[in-house]
Amino acid sequence: MARAAVSGGLTVRRAWRAARLIERRTETATASTLVLEVPGWPGHLAGQHVDVRLTAPDGYQAARSYSLAAPANGDRVEITVQRVPDGEVSSYLADEARSGDSVELRGPVGGWFVWKPEDNGPVLLVAGGSGVVPLMAMIRSRDGVSFAPFRLIYSVRTPEDQIYHQELRRRATQDGELDVTVIYTRSAPEGEQRPVGRIGADDLVSHGWPADVEPACYVCGPTAFVEAVSDLLVALGHDPAKIKTERFGPSGP
Amino acid sequence: MGIFTRGFGGRRRDSNQQLPPGQYLTRDFPVLSAGPTPRIPLDAWEFTVTTELGESHQWSWTELMALPAESITVDIHCVTRWSKLGTAWRGVSLETLLADVETGADFALAHSYGGYTTNLPLEDLLDGKAWVAYAYDGEELAPEHGGPARLLVPHLYFWKSAKWVRGIELMNQDSPGFWEQLGYHDYGDPWREQRYQGD
Amino acid sequence: MNEQTDEVAMYDGNTLAGPLSEVFAVELTTAVGRCRSCGTSSQVATFRVYGPEPGLVGRCPHCEDVLMRLVRTPDSLWLDFSGISALRISMPTDAAGS
Repeated sequence: MARAAVSGGLTVRRAWRAARLIERRTETATASTLVLEVPGWPGHLAGQHVDVRLTAPDGYQAARSYSLAAPANGDRVEITVQRVPDGEVSSYLADEARSGDSVELRGPVGGWFVWKPEDNGPVLLVAGGSGVVPLMAMIRSRDGVSFAPFRLIYSVRTPEDQIYHQELRRRATQDGELDVTVIYTRSAPEGEQRPVGRIGADDLVSHGWPADVEPACYVCGPTAFVEAVSDLLVALGHDPAKIKTERFGPSGP
Repeated sequence: MGIFTRGFGGRRRDSNQQLPPGQYLTRDFPVLSAGPTPRIPLDAWEFTVTTELGESHQWSWTELMALPAESITVDIHCVTRWSKLGTAWRGVSLETLLADVETGADFALAHSYGGYTTNLPLEDLLDGKAWVAYAYDGEELAPEHGGPARLLVPHLYFWKSAKWVRGIELMNQDSPGFWEQLGYHDYGDPWREQRYQGD
Repeated sequence: MNEQTDEVAMYDGNTLAGPLSEVFAVELTTAVGRCRSCGTSSQVATFRVYGPEPGLVGRCPHCEDVLMRLVRTPDSLWLDFSGISALRISMPTDAAGS
């Protein structure tokens, strides 16, 4: 962390670092992954996030938090940005930012909502919309270092809203200890058995872990989703101390 | 100072002369809060003015509704930089509420249901500058915007227009309220851009 | 619950991680704070957080009283932790020679 000398011999941590966009990947019509190069990146844990700050020519600044989408990889940092209607930062990152552009990054931060490969034991991941991003970092960080059984329940509005769709299918096919279930709240693909609708206790029972297995649970997404799922898990007998949540704020329209 | 981000313009900055420095026009009505929305049944609602001598004057909802009310159209300016011009409200002027209150105090601290407070000079509540407002845009004031009633002091940054207002405490000394304790300006004139302490 | 009103805090203590990292060298979201009001101890990450504007307010998940407040101005960071009577931060145990 860079330090600046301040008079009197006091040093102040310089929290914001320059990050250069080196690659973008379209995930869905509204979400893109940005790969940033951050010299001196100290590494991070799956589940952590960064704050991204943009500065306009007149000095106006706007900052938003984005979860890290992939495990630590030298100076490369990946975030997946969902465009939010009227979102001044997400629109810029999802649509405007080009390779070579620089933004400022603060982090990695957030030491509670993390999964480490040393954590043994089954894991339940419940994602609402863009809440899948930090959970995907957890799944990706498992590669080759852990065989902990993971079950992901991913709630989306429509099939087109699924981020990491192909990668999740590939991983679930190849990895016997990873189960991925996608549930649809507004429209489902042809042949989908489950009726369209919000996540319920049945979904957690059918595709999650029984409470007596005592899984580590991670729930992430819009605030109302997170609240509802936490309540359902507790009602199903999961220990509240084993449920970790990250609220992304209000859901979009 | 941060590095400039190519291609980022931020909110469209209106060079509209009607706006105080650093503000932009918004079409919606953002909701900012410091806590859960209080729900106050009207039959339990009270508004209390307490003087520096400890005398109190109280109005129930029914009593508030019986007072002469005004319909006003004002511009409002939030310290977070959004402004709305020509917003329509209905409420009872603080002149009316303070008419029979004897006080030598110079300052006021507004108190809200839920614990929020904000301070301002007493004279900024008088002379047609402030209301206890209970209707916005022709409708009952919604809870997320401060209903059943909020303080409305449009000539100052909007954090002074305390939502869910429950009373005014008159004081001889200025006493910083919820945000003023944490760095926001004691007065808050948008035209002098008094956002933070020391501005 | 009605998603349109702020019946429930929009954020949680994870949102505090970035702003707090500007001044604290240690990770605080895993710290445990005791509410001065009701005495319940909760991890900072579970605080009910309102904001981020005009400031961040962290409230007790048990009684909703204010535990902490944070405001970032152009030249300062203002912090109030007075709603927390005690904060416990896990520290690495010192090993000889480290």
